[in-house]
Amino acid sequence: MGILRFVAARAALGVLTLIAVSILLYLGTQLLPGDVASALLGQSATPEALAVLRAKLGLNEPAYLRYLHWLWGVVHGNLGNSLTTGTPIASALMPRLGNTLFLAGYAAIIAVPLAVGLGILSAIREGSLMDRLASILSLATISFPEFFVSYILIVVFASELGWLPSLATVYGGMDFWDRVDATTLPAITLTLVVVAHMLRMTRTSTLAVMSAPYVETAFLKGLSRSRVVLSHALPNALGPIINVVAINLAYLVVGVVVVEVVFVYPGVGQLMVDAVTKRDLPVVQACGLVFAIVFIGLNTIADICAALANPRLRSRKRQ
Amino acid sequence: MSKPQSMIDRRQFLGATAMIGAAAGLSSLPLIGQARAADMPVSGGHLRLGMGGGSTTDSLDPTTYLQWVPVNLGYQIMNGLIEIDEHNKATPELLMNWESKPGAAEWVFDVRKDITFSNGKTLDADDIIYSINLHRGKSASPAKPFLAAITDIKKLSANQIGITMSAGNADLPFLLSDYHILVVPNGFTDWKNPIGTAGYVLEHYEAGVRCITKKTRPYWKTGCGNVDSIETLVINDVSARTAALLSGQVDAINRLDARTVDLLKKRPKVHVVQSAAGQHGVFVMNCTDAPFKDNNVRMALKYAINRQQIVDTVLRGYGRVGNDQPIPVTNEFYDASIPQHTYDPDKAKYYLKQAGQSALSVDLNVSDVAFTGATDSAQLFQQSAAASGITVNIKQQPADGYWDNIWMKQPFCASYWGGRPTADQMLTIAYKSDAPWNDTFWKNADFDKLLLEARVELDHSKRAEMYGQMQSMISSTGGALIPMFIDYLEAGSNKVHGQKPNPMFDFMGQRIGEKVWLS
Repeated sequence: MGILRFVAARAALGVLTLIAVSILLYLGTQLLPGDVASALLGQSATPEALAVLRAKLGLNEPAYLRYLHWLWGVVHGNLGNSLTTGTPIASALMPRLGNTLFLAGYAAIIAVPLAVGLGILSAIREGSLMDRLASILSLATISFPEFFVSYILIVVFASELGWLPSLATVYGGMDFWDRVDATTLPAITLTLVVVAHMLRMTRTSTLAVMSAPYVETAFLKGLSRSRVVLSHALPNALGPIINVVAINLAYLVVGVVVVEVVFVYPGVGQLMVDAVTKRDLPVVQACGLVFAIVFIGLNTIADICAALANPRLRSRKRQ
Repeated sequence: MSKPQSMIDRRQFLGATAMIGAAAGLSSLPLIGQARAADMPVSGGHLRLGMGGGSTTDSLDPTTYLQWVPVNLGYQIMNGLIEIDEHNKATPELLMNWESKPGAAEWVFDVRKDITFSNGKTLDADDIIYSINLHRGKSASPAKPFLAAITDIKKLSANQIGITMSAGNADLPFLLSDYHILVVPNGFTDWKNPIGTAGYVLEHYEAGVRCITKKTRPYWKTGCGNVDSIETLVINDVSARTAALLSGQVDAINRLDARTVDLLKKRPKVHVVQSAAGQHGVFVMNCTDAPFKDNNVRMALKYAINRQQIVDTVLRGYGRVGNDQPIPVTNEFYDASIPQHTYDPDKAKYYLKQAGQSALSVDLNVSDVAFTGATDSAQLFQQSAAASGITVNIKQQPADGYWDNIWMKQPFCASYWGGRPTADQMLTIAYKSDAPWNDTFWKNADFDKLLLEARVELDHSKRAEMYGQMQSMISSTGGALIPMFIDYLEAGSNKVHGQKPNPMFDFMGQRIGEKVWLS
């Protein structure tokens, strides 16, 4: 019963956060310089045309009413129409969301096992050459800007060696393996960017519990270091690891605009940037909302998983 | 009688329209890279173009074209009325054998015979008239202002049309060469799948991502329509475009980065094509605002800038120095006899003294959204102007909203013009006293009068003299400080043959798809 209550509470909190984010998102896009109607009409904005368009877009209503209308539509699965193309936003957004999730999933499949595995290994062999190498290399890759890592990979693997394509253009009806081939370089780039964070956190939180009395007991029982780390320390360190993995997974979805541009990948980030420059606010809001859902959703799931992994976290009083 | 012809969307200029060039100026332009065999076109193959200038909001409807990718796709599928060839001559495409009555207000054009659309319909005068009318009347087409002077288009026979204009314009064939005016069957509206008379039909289109067109029948234009299919990929990042070419994923790319062209040229199996163009960077001075009200101040600034240094540094030499008037060397009416303004601190000081000042301090508003390298150019200007006692304070402005908040609002700022196909258009759009985009606020009644006279003059040498006079007026009294004209740079792999410079736009006037062939 306790665990169910906890899950329900977390989910409710997630929904509340989402509503708060949606309000901020709506306010934020309203704050962009320039009225939507005049941004849309540009040089051909006559007072009459502006008035007609404002009425058409419902800009004459008070902001909170517009927000409520928008929210009502969103809750019913209607994201509205794009201002620039006039087509439903969902039809443009969904294939791109699929692309974004595909790339994020691909990167996660490489990055998460790699980072957690290396982190555990580093903890087991603390201070060894392997530990130091893993630390130095992962910190080096996270320290370079993403576009720099991308260009280095392109120069080496696409231009010089010719093993992998530098263009990650994917399209509907593309063969699965072609898609994997096209997205390998961006997936590796993203992997390099997120590995360090997860690796360090796995190593640190594992080592942190190593000084606990029960670990000492385990050593005194005569268990090997790897056994102690894997069966005694790691389960108790899982909470923070799960959280940091979730943050990085969310980053793979919401923070990859630069990588999308460099590899010409048709993802949501690119769509959002296009929409911002064209002041296509409904599209900006829809993209922002999708990003918020992914971010909050993953974090909520992470909290729940962390709680499941460590019963002590289920009760708030002790935490 | 003169309607402002200048209500085109500003973004169109940002999309960089190149200028028509004179045959003489262009034939001497080098085709850089490996020596290309002057061989005959070969049929077959799949051409892959990597292009900047497309977005998810693009449409294939010609009345909406603002960027280069849809224009290029449009020309793969549809034909224009008139084609501007590599020697900057208006040549027949679907219209031919034109002539006008004196005054250049009444014109007759023949419609090309025996042409069919991809749906089997034979081209006739009705299709042409319908296609032109898409850009007239209630249309929101960017081409509408050019055609505003057309009062009537009549069908004279199945293969002949007559055009009547409210005011004559000797450049009508050039106006009709505009890339928005593409020909579709009479009454056609299905812009998701355009039907045209050109070499290719649409197979697959995802706006802002990718387009495939295929050849389904022999093409009527001799020597053209060589490749079997064309794949156009939108690659807006210049580094990504270059990488795609170098790794062999595309065969040709547009819009190179001038800073890396020299490195690109060193690569094997790649050739670079350079086209002189009408696009130019400008520092505009408001002629009605202090201190720029005084022409002596304007002249002082014109002599205080080191143009050659800017061309050499900012453009890496891929451009030409400007002379404070907007007609490029590639235009047939370019007047080479106008004295070039050079870097001369003493002359600058002299003009400053004439203005009654010993020192001058001006605020120059810049952003790289005006033109690539605007900030660098301004910094070089700041250095060179200091020698004449002129202090240029650089005000870096945000790119977002620059054209709304800075351009034509601040008295001294960086600007950009994409150039226009004809001298008349360029001068009308930005220098005529009542032009909405007269961004220097320069007003000269003699100039306006001359401009209108030249527009209807059919005698070429008289026209040349008039345009020369106008260029001289702008250069010596205008408010535009034009340091440079910027060349177009594009590249192709050595598999691509027949890729040549074009005086109109890059990628062979965006008709590269039907022109080149593969080995």
